[in-house]
Amino acid sequence: MASPAVKVIGTFDSPYSHRAEAALRLKGVPYEPILEDLRNKSELLLTHNPIHKKVPVLLHGNDRSIPESLVIVEYVDETFPGPTLLPADPLARATARFWARFIDDKCTKPFWLALWTEGEVQEKFIKETKENLKLLEGQLKGKRFFGGESIGYLDVAASGYAYWLDVLEEVAGVSLVAADEYPDLCRWGKDYVSDDRVKACLPEREKLVAYFMEVKGVFMTTARSMAAK
Amino acid sequence: MAAPAAASSSKLVLLDFWVSPFGQRCRIALAEKNLPYEYSEQELLGAKSDLLVCSNPIHKKVPVLLHGGNDRAIFESLIILEYLDDAFPNHTPRLLPSTDNPYARARARFWADYVDKKVYPVGTKLWKLKKGEAEHVAVRGELVEALQTLDGELGERRFFGEGDEFGFVDVAMVPLMPWVYGFARYGDFSVEEVCPRVAAWARRCMERESVAKSLRSPEEVYDFIGLLRRYYGIDK
Repeated sequence: MASPAVKVIGTFDSPYSHRAEAALRLKGVPYEPILEDLRNKSELLLTHNPIHKKVPVLLHGNDRSIPESLVIVEYVDETFPGPTLLPADPLARATARFWARFIDDKCTKPFWLALWTEGEVQEKFIKETKENLKLLEGQLKGKRFFGGESIGYLDVAASGYAYWLDVLEEVAGVSLVAADEYPDLCRWGKDYVSDDRVKACLPEREKLVAYFMEVKGVFMTTARSMAAK
Repeated sequence: MAAPAAASSSKLVLLDFWVSPFGQRCRIALAEKNLPYEYSEQELLGAKSDLLVCSNPIHKKVPVLLHGGNDRAIFESLIILEYLDDAFPNHTPRLLPSTDNPYARARARFWADYVDKKVYPVGTKLWKLKKGEAEHVAVRGELVEALQTLDGELGERRFFGEGDEFGFVDVAMVPLMPWVYGFARYGDFSVEEVCPRVAAWARRCMERESVAKSLRSPEEVYDFIGLLRRYYGIDK
């Protein structure tokens, strides 16, 4: 009996798309990636995410569409069999969810602005980002992954800092996370990206660098107006 | 689902602030589930208590749920709601749909997240702006659109929850309603006109004791917004 098809609408460069794909690969669920051009949004995307019109969106069968990367990760965890990405203990679950929210709600904007602004404004966001990442690193507490011995929900949520971080540092010419200052976080990042299942859904580094170099100017312009607010 | 690590009889303490809609979400959930707890009012506009700062060193915000000691702390209202479902599986009603229905759970999480992003922060931005300014018009538009979207999502149902029952999204949204009435005054729009079904739904929710006992009136909230405006130097 064939199970309903799983598809992920995403973009090659998005760490949020990666979260959705990583969750599926970690659970051993086959899926079809559908690449979206965000400058020219498809009918498919607009139909399945009419509210936010963003990637990723998970399509499961004919009648289920799930937007929002962290919602997708939990859906995948709860729907498909196999070792769970979220821990079983209620407090550990709440803690993992909190830190994932911390990443999205508190870290992302200053991180972005630390990369693409300049001068004194940039210094301020670099400082804030370094503090945020120290707090996040603290959650590793000597474990191999945030999830313990194996990759879990928070590792997937934090994956942007495992792979995209040094690509963006290179393109922006900014150093945020040096190995001697963040030994645990850097070690975690290497362990995360060397997992075969994760590797299979990470974009090629050269392609990612080339893409960010191409759009760097746009990022810097939008960052300037974001920082002014 | 594994058995909870903390004994279900361990003491629950909620660090909260009287008018906080996020704290009220937790109060409603605890009341719906018949879970006894100690309510601890926190000073937010003055100096924060040591307990609050120690429990929630990252954000120093309410609500914080302490379960069986100061070192078992859960932050963020929606995370607290999920925690209550997870840690007290025998205390019904469930707020999120059952684990047998991951798609309904995903839909509930999506809409609660939508409420979190599109209602309170946008409304808060609105009352900080001057009427007539271009940005005021834009932000007002954003808030109206969000309320209309929620109105459409509710449709003809009695509640947002699965099986037309009071659930996760209802608990997430209803404490924001007195604030929405306040935002509407600062945005010069009528809640009844913009989202009539949501307005009726809010009145329906108020028939539940858990909600009626937890929420403050729109008048009290409006006065509190006025106090915040003076605190931020917007009104003198």
